[in-house]
Amino acid sequence: MPKLVIDGEEIEVPAGYTVFQACELAGKEIPHFCYHPRLNIAGNCRMCLVEIEKSPKPVASCAMPAAEGMVVHTDSPLVHKARKGVLEFLLINHPLDCPICDQGGECDLQDLTLFYGPDHSRFEENKRAVADKYLGPLVATHMTRCIHCTRCIRFLTEVAGVPELGGCWRGEHLEITNYIERALHSELQGNIIDLCPVGALNSKPYQYRARIWELKKTESIDVMDAVGSNIRVDARGNEVMRILPRLHEEVNEEWISDKTRFAYDGLKYRRLDVPMVRRDGRLVEASWREAFRTLVDRMGELPGERMAFVLGDLVDAESMVLVRELAERLGCPHVDCRQDGAKIEGRLRAEYLFNTTIAGIEQADFCLLVGTNPRWEAPLVNARLRKRWRMGGFRVARIGAPFDLTYPVEDIGEGPETLKAVAEGEHEICEALAKAERPMLVLGPGAVARADGAAVLALAHRISERFGLLGEGWNGYNLLHTAAARVAGLDLGLLPGEGGRDLAGILKGVEAGEIELVWLLGADEIEVSRLAGAFVIYQGTHGDRAAPVADLVLPGAAYTEKNATWVNLEGRPQHGRLAVFPPGEAREDWKILRAASEALGRTVPLDNIFAVRARMAELAPQLARIDSVTPAEWGGFGRRGRLTEAPFVSPIADFYLTNPIARASKVMRQCSAEILRPVNEKATGTHG
Amino acid sequence: MSTTGEGMAPEVESFAFSEENLEKIRGILARYPEDRRASAVLPLLHLAQEQHGGWLPRAALDHVADFLGMPRIQVYEVATFYDMFNTEPVGRIQVRVCTTTPCWLCGSDEVLRACREVLGVEVGESTPDGRFYLREFECLGACANAPVLWVDDDYFEDLDYARTKAVLEALKRGERPRPGPQSGRRGSMPAGGKTTLLFEEK
Repeated sequence: MPKLVIDGEEIEVPAGYTVFQACELAGKEIPHFCYHPRLNIAGNCRMCLVEIEKSPKPVASCAMPAAEGMVVHTDSPLVHKARKGVLEFLLINHPLDCPICDQGGECDLQDLTLFYGPDHSRFEENKRAVADKYLGPLVATHMTRCIHCTRCIRFLTEVAGVPELGGCWRGEHLEITNYIERALHSELQGNIIDLCPVGALNSKPYQYRARIWELKKTESIDVMDAVGSNIRVDARGNEVMRILPRLHEEVNEEWISDKTRFAYDGLKYRRLDVPMVRRDGRLVEASWREAFRTLVDRMGELPGERMAFVLGDLVDAESMVLVRELAERLGCPHVDCRQDGAKIEGRLRAEYLFNTTIAGIEQADFCLLVGTNPRWEAPLVNARLRKRWRMGGFRVARIGAPFDLTYPVEDIGEGPETLKAVAEGEHEICEALAKAERPMLVLGPGAVARADGAAVLALAHRISERFGLLGEGWNGYNLLHTAAARVAGLDLGLLPGEGGRDLAGILKGVEAGEIELVWLLGADEIEVSRLAGAFVIYQGTHGDRAAPVADLVLPGAAYTEKNATWVNLEGRPQHGRLAVFPPGEAREDWKILRAASEALGRTVPLDNIFAVRARMAELAPQLARIDSVTPAEWGGFGRRGRLTEAPFVSPIADFYLTNPIARASKVMRQCSAEILRPVNEKATGTHG
Repeated sequence: MSTTGEGMAPEVESFAFSEENLEKIRGILARYPEDRRASAVLPLLHLAQEQHGGWLPRAALDHVADFLGMPRIQVYEVATFYDMFNTEPVGRIQVRVCTTTPCWLCGSDEVLRACREVLGVEVGESTPDGRFYLREFECLGACANAPVLWVDDDYFEDLDYARTKAVLEALKRGERPRPGPQSGRRGSMPAGGKTTLLFEEK
């Protein structure tokens, strides 16, 4: 623990700290461009110069280890002179195009120029101009503005694990480029836009659309996957202009996936903004009053066991409380929140949570992935696994389809028979598993959303108990969800009740004429063609897959348009907030359900969001503890049964098009066409 | 020097090392530890460039990267960093004029003028028949014999306008002029004759 003096104050810092970190700890702000706490040190911008006594020259503090007895000055005339000099050099080739630059108003170079910049230029020669590079549909480039901090290169190489950017040529001619003028292949590439300290890398969809000071910023939660990334929704008027990450060390650190960042244009297209009723085979616009009249006509007299509720991937917890209450009052046992058909029983919380927690991955020393492709199912969980691998001493084995996860993975099998061999201690990987101090197992949707899912869960349970995945303060058993709604649905018990049918049963019931009405709450990823025999109510946001087959459409609010709770895969409840209002006649979903219950004469007496949340806390007390993970108690789950031979397959065939919002997004479609097609070609072996 | 990788150089479909070069590569790789194969990137790029007529198409860079199991962008970085690698097609005979300070003080402008006149091309261009490629180069490290011209594997030293012309015209005729100082002095002995060791050793 070295002790040093910074601007006259003595401070003790942890061993291994740099002078820069020590200064930050002492509350001194050091200007910088290339330094970033989550990336390796480059030390090439020279902006963080400080004066250290007995050192003949100013020192780049980001790259200098703090040592015992150092006397550092961060505010001396020498330091100011040095910083001014560095900044003048950086500005030599930087264009004066701030008025048309997207970074304007949130630019590090602009801010620091205010403090250290010269008032005029002494440089009379021509400025350097650099050709813009093509990096795909997400990242726009203005390379003349680049100051070569190399943050983008380091992010893609270190955090994303997709080394596709580099510095080509040299000296005066150095250019940041991918050299091949093709789209980048990372699903985290949007983060380089945030990392760029100048306006060299911009968001292509947001380019020239708005100025930062015009935007209303709303802190919210993402629903594109089950990670629950913390986001900031920037809106102008009633339009979402962009989405940025918010810092949450335990969830997304300061990154978000490209789907989270760029799918927002899907909120504008194909929206359901008015209730619709099917008349003479066609959906026609109707008022809410007419819609509820139709609802009462078809539902009012129908016995509860002849109707069913299916919940989609993006549904908020408040709406699910209402569904539960309404179904109970209607006497309807056929409720299912598992639209992917996962064989999760839901009796025991530990069964369906990511018990290790995302931050907990950093403590693990062995990981067995079963039927999962975390890179597409939860890119930030994958980023955390990669972060753990980079620390060293982490072995990852996989049962399932091979896929490049950006870190080395040992493929030990593709189907349940390998999992069974591991559970019975007959596989060679068992030795490593048993030796590991903190082993973890990640069961993906591809392993449980199948006919023998319950048996797979039983095997995973056996492995967990047999190989010490459960220890003091450690639970290495994890289920990885892909849907933001799933954990809340399971916590709130939106599962088939006494004599109730699951999704497969409901579909069969419809075909057999035993179920006459199905209420789909944002459920689009089911076989909608099999619902032809029933009266279908679709409550949701987009005219995607289910709305066209519905007989009654109730327009709901998307995740940016309501105050609501989502529970991430760790079981962490978080509040999303309203950033813009729902379009047209669309309403918040819990309110629609509340109004429907009254129209049906079975009023659910929850009149405002506080009452809904109070009821939610009664049903599942852990959901009231916002932003905290309540550890789940261990117990028995899964059911022994016959295993099939079919290999595990991840349900996500296309990372960019997994939900109605993403499917409506032009940007996501473009990504799918441009970024994924070459990847798929690679998988078939025609590449390289 | 190109500003972008693509669109400038013609597309070359594929590249693979010849049997003969593969044999050499086995020897090169033996110099490095198994998990440090990427260390061999420079010698492999030299071999690839030699095999592909003096320049490296993207296919060759990709082949070297995949061969050594390193990210392709890292090979692009290396190949564009070093001046000895050409990422665009160039004439077969590469004429490189040193224009760094010592050579410049000793008259490299004249050397360059002679090159332009004889070859009929500007710096950075190849002759239309694809035989010669003219370019400026930073310090060639032969300052004692400035100014210097580097043609393929040979240095021609102590040049002036006339001597440069003579060398290039000989090359043009397909002859192989004698490399080294063109002034008649030996190596880098003092230009005006000996200044020390003037007496014969007994």
